[in-house]
Amino acid sequence: MNRFSKWTALAGVGLLSVNIAHAQIVKIDGSSTVYPITEAVAEEFQKAKKNAIKVTVGISGTGGGFKKFCRGETDISDASRPISKKEMEACKEAGIQYYEMPVAFDALTVVINPKNDFVKSMTPAELKKMWEPAATGKVMSWKDVNPAFPDVPLKLFAPGADSGTFDYFTEAINGKSKASRTDFTASEDDNVLVQGVSRDKGGLAYFGFAYYVENQKKLKAVPIFNGKEAVLPSPQTVENGTYAPLSRPIFIYVNAKSLEKPEVKAFVEYYMKHSPELVREVKYVPLPAKAYTLNMEHVAKKKIGTVYGGEEAIGVKIDELMAREAKY
Amino acid sequence: MVQQDKTADIHAVIRRGKRWDYLFAAIGLICLAFGLLTVLVLVGKMGLEGLDRLSLDFFTSYPSRRAANAGILSAWVGSVLVMLVTAFAAVPLGVGAGVYLEEYAKKNWVTDIIEINITNLAAVPSIVYGLLALGIFVYQFGFGGSILSAGLTLALLILPIVIVATREAIRAIPGAMREGSMALGATKWQTVRYHILPYSMPGILTGIIIGLARAIGETAPIITIGALTFIAFLPPLPLVEGAGLFDWVMSPFTVMPIQMFNWTSRPEEAFQINAGAAGFVLVVMTLGMNALAIWLRYRLRKNIKW
Repeated sequence: MNRFSKWTALAGVGLLSVNIAHAQIVKIDGSSTVYPITEAVAEEFQKAKKNAIKVTVGISGTGGGFKKFCRGETDISDASRPISKKEMEACKEAGIQYYEMPVAFDALTVVINPKNDFVKSMTPAELKKMWEPAATGKVMSWKDVNPAFPDVPLKLFAPGADSGTFDYFTEAINGKSKASRTDFTASEDDNVLVQGVSRDKGGLAYFGFAYYVENQKKLKAVPIFNGKEAVLPSPQTVENGTYAPLSRPIFIYVNAKSLEKPEVKAFVEYYMKHSPELVREVKYVPLPAKAYTLNMEHVAKKKIGTVYGGEEAIGVKIDELMAREAKY
Repeated sequence: MVQQDKTADIHAVIRRGKRWDYLFAAIGLICLAFGLLTVLVLVGKMGLEGLDRLSLDFFTSYPSRRAANAGILSAWVGSVLVMLVTAFAAVPLGVGAGVYLEEYAKKNWVTDIIEINITNLAAVPSIVYGLLALGIFVYQFGFGGSILSAGLTLALLILPIVIVATREAIRAIPGAMREGSMALGATKWQTVRYHILPYSMPGILTGIIIGLARAIGETAPIITIGALTFIAFLPPLPLVEGAGLFDWVMSPFTVMPIQMFNWTSRPEEAFQINAGAAGFVLVVMTLGMNALAIWLRYRLRKNIKW
């Protein structure tokens, strides 16, 4: 045998001996909104376990994450909205059962340029006028939204159609998920939205609270009228439910079969135990403490499926939601 | 008198010609400065921005939610390993194909079509390779979002570059070398093995390294096949703790451009500094590879005596 064929043989043997399921790995993918929380938990969890259990977190967006989840490629899916009907069916077809676990609140924050001094607050109706599909090409000036506003060109920025944030906002404001005007600047990168609004006096955008917190110097948040009063987003107003209808729970979905594996179980338990502090650290609003214990009780009781039945629930309190019957 | 007029005319023509010369040189210089300045400003800005973060810790830490603790360990290791797989796949295939096309293939319309296609492949957007790889490597072959999938994807991407470089290098060898070798009774393979390949090696290596330098900065196809964003461990070392020799090729991974992209989309300002630092490291890696190509070409050219 010459040198060349020896090496080929060695490489062949080496490839055959590749062991795919070698290490204990917890695979997570999904929403970029939930990512900071999951990343924080993963980081602390790996430290606590001295790296004996490995965790990977990807960002494919809520929809992209569910696609992988329902093919059984991931153990846990990050989601900034509840699982949709289509996704429920896909999971069902593949025989993937799952637990739905709310992990935090996010306040969708409507922001404007700091130089914009004519908007003091907005009502959901005004937002609808601005964002509904019929507004495309028609509502082009602030004056068109409310005659009391001056004639300043309206420049709109929003997350792209793959994001759960877009889904939730359109559902909460326009009444139908994904129904939106189409002539706005879309970007999956929220920093692009921040830049856009901070450079344009007539700019307006919506995105997660964390991006507003980090960019308070460049942006102004708009108080949203909740039926009684106009309320600014903040941890307090989200927790006491007055910042409505734009505060929403965000979730992780856990593959029920994966949860039987000790490493996934250990990770989820760690997630629920340490969420309150870690969620606060990454600038989200933690759920009431009992929600996290309730999540684990649901696992003990095998409460598989979603309490949403494939639809968004706008303005429902978290404890009411969690008490609902789950559907699969 | 007539004689003097003629000389004056000639001088005028020369002057005019020279003026154009200077003008063109100046325009050329401005063009050069424009390109060079852009690169310098970009690299300089990233370097200055990221300077604070460029320490040993930055290279030996995993990503973290705290910008000050976050590092690029998993990213640079991932990039290096992916490049390794890419090189192992693309070099034999590319050089082999190049040698065949140049030395063995008959010149007819089939080879013409192959030629045109290879040149066209070099211009296909990288995301298309990503989609192809997602279908073939990730799902069909079941490699998943692993270092192997990524390496093979990027190998496909740089294959045309390697082939074209190999062919150019072989073409630059004088025909007399070939004829001389044959005249002394060498077979075609012996000619290729002992003359063509050694002489064209500087050009081939340059092509390979320039291809790899392009591949190391690719993001789109790697994201498509499912590289990860947060990964705080390294692929298993071969033959350590029960791992097989090639277990690392199936490991999940991330690469430098993805880590950088993730940091730029963070809300916290501090991560922008990390992104700058990571970008600077990536540029240095690319420049380092290009420098290696130049050095290798220089070294190997010196050894060629004909």
